[in-house]
Amino acid sequence: MPSLARRNLLHDRVRLVVTLTGIVFAVVLSAVQLGLFVGFQRATSDVIRHAGADLWITSTGVTHLETGVPFSERKLYDVLATPGIAAVQKHIVRFGQWKRPDGGQESVMVIGVDLTGPMGQPWKVVAGRADRLAEPDAVIVDELYLDKLGITGIGDVVELGGHRARVVGLTRGIRTFTTAPPVFASFKRAQDYAGVTEDQTMFLLARVEVVADHEVVAERLRARLTDVDVRTADAWRQGQEAYWMFGTGAGITVLIAAGLGLLVGVVVVAQTIYAATVDHIREYGTLKAMGATNAYLYRVILQQATLSAVAGYGVGIAIAIAASRASLAGTTAIILEAPLASALFVLTLVMCLGASIVSINKVTRIDPAMVFKG
Amino acid sequence: MATQATRAAVAVRHVSKTYGEGVTAHRALHDVTLDVARGEVLLMMGPSGSGKTTLLSIMGAILGASSGSVRLNGEEVVGRAEHELPRIRLAHVGFVFQGFNLFPALTVVENVELALDVRGVSGRDARRRAMTALESVDMARKADSYPADLSGGQKQRVAIARALVGDPSIVLADEPTAALDSQSGGTVLRLLTDLAHARDRAVVMVTHDHRAEAYADRVVHIADGRLTEEAGL
Repeated sequence: MPSLARRNLLHDRVRLVVTLTGIVFAVVLSAVQLGLFVGFQRATSDVIRHAGADLWITSTGVTHLETGVPFSERKLYDVLATPGIAAVQKHIVRFGQWKRPDGGQESVMVIGVDLTGPMGQPWKVVAGRADRLAEPDAVIVDELYLDKLGITGIGDVVELGGHRARVVGLTRGIRTFTTAPPVFASFKRAQDYAGVTEDQTMFLLARVEVVADHEVVAERLRARLTDVDVRTADAWRQGQEAYWMFGTGAGITVLIAAGLGLLVGVVVVAQTIYAATVDHIREYGTLKAMGATNAYLYRVILQQATLSAVAGYGVGIAIAIAASRASLAGTTAIILEAPLASALFVLTLVMCLGASIVSINKVTRIDPAMVFKG
Repeated sequence: MATQATRAAVAVRHVSKTYGEGVTAHRALHDVTLDVARGEVLLMMGPSGSGKTTLLSIMGAILGASSGSVRLNGEEVVGRAEHELPRIRLAHVGFVFQGFNLFPALTVVENVELALDVRGVSGRDARRRAMTALESVDMARKADSYPADLSGGQKQRVAIARALVGDPSIVLADEPTAALDSQSGGTVLRLLTDLAHARDRAVVMVTHDHRAEAYADRVVHIADGRLTEEAGL
């Protein structure tokens, strides 16, 4: 026979709609907020993750990418001479002032790329080529920010940090947490754009020999170099993400919203499942009188909660995926990948099963003798 | 007496039931002793609040007695842990309720199958047994209908099929005709009587309906929690 839980759910369509609405609301709100969290997190550390470096060397005390302090680029040779280092490149990430063709000003994130090696190169290039950064005054910008930068695309000429800049390529979907559009330039040109003097760099990116342990090589560098900090790429990325997501409180806000979504879901689902249990209380009493154990009744309630969770999650995640896809065209991305979607399913299930506890408590206390009362 | 108790499907000995404690205590049953044999229809009659439903609940292992002994097919019920009672009910008792207590979301045949589902029987075997039970109450043709589409008499026949499908030796019916017109009531009473006489079940009916006396083998009257009169018919 079909499950009593499914039949009871489908029998009362209005209650089913209310239950599913609550779950869908919770799933969409949580998925969007958690997707925003992941999107923000990626935006804070995209430059680090895509740089392809094993180690990042910064001035002492620099806690995150956007607050780098210039230091002598001669350190590059000290790094290169350290056992275990395979390659080193200079790198710049610093705010610059972009002058729009209409006269407006825009703060941008200048990313200076050492074109002698593979690290720190622009990625997701969809128009033009990364190697065109070697051309005079060449910059590559992201197409998401064309309006903000006041340009239309390749070939536009603007002023950046008081110097001429010419757009030679476009990337797609590189976002920054600070909302300052990323602008790639050659290392040398970026020194001009970002106000870094000729013999200085903001960062050194190092690649470790394949057989070498990153932490061991980092320790060697720390012993050898002065006035700089050496971090593995993972540690640097985690520090960057922790600063922006938790140090500034931005991530906490998003997580609280996601938590509230789940909480609303729990309350709505608990109320509707409880109301359904109360409505069917005589049926549960009848089952008990017939000889059903408490475990049998719990199974009915938990099946009801599970079915609600699966249906509500299905609709909710579909809406969230649509919202995620739509967001990719904007500067704030909702990133909803399989692990997050799976975790959300588990959370939804836990939320619905947790919401059943009140109902389970109710049926546990049913006196089967109630069936003889009229 | 001992021999009779051993052969009885239901053997009630010196059962008392008190609700509450201290000054609020209310004694619902006083020292009731009663047997019901297989193949017998016993009618319990009495005014509202006399204790007949309490006695029925105790006989059905739904309610615990304060003292005394209740044996269902020889198995003692009084003093058993609460978690053991569902198994005892499943093994010995089928219930028929005044309000039918059918599940509106399930079809007729599914309502009957539900009594097997709680016993762990499902699939084709459950469907076959449910249909056989429905045939025995002449309701097989309504197998796919929902309770809302049935008359009161038809609902009670389905409830009887549900009580029967687990093959209990004892059927306890609480006011089975109270919600029925006289024709439907007569049909239900005949079905219950057939359960005892043709299928060797012990049938106990609690009712105010004097029409039922004509179908009973024995009538007991209860007043103020005591058996006041017993009549063989």
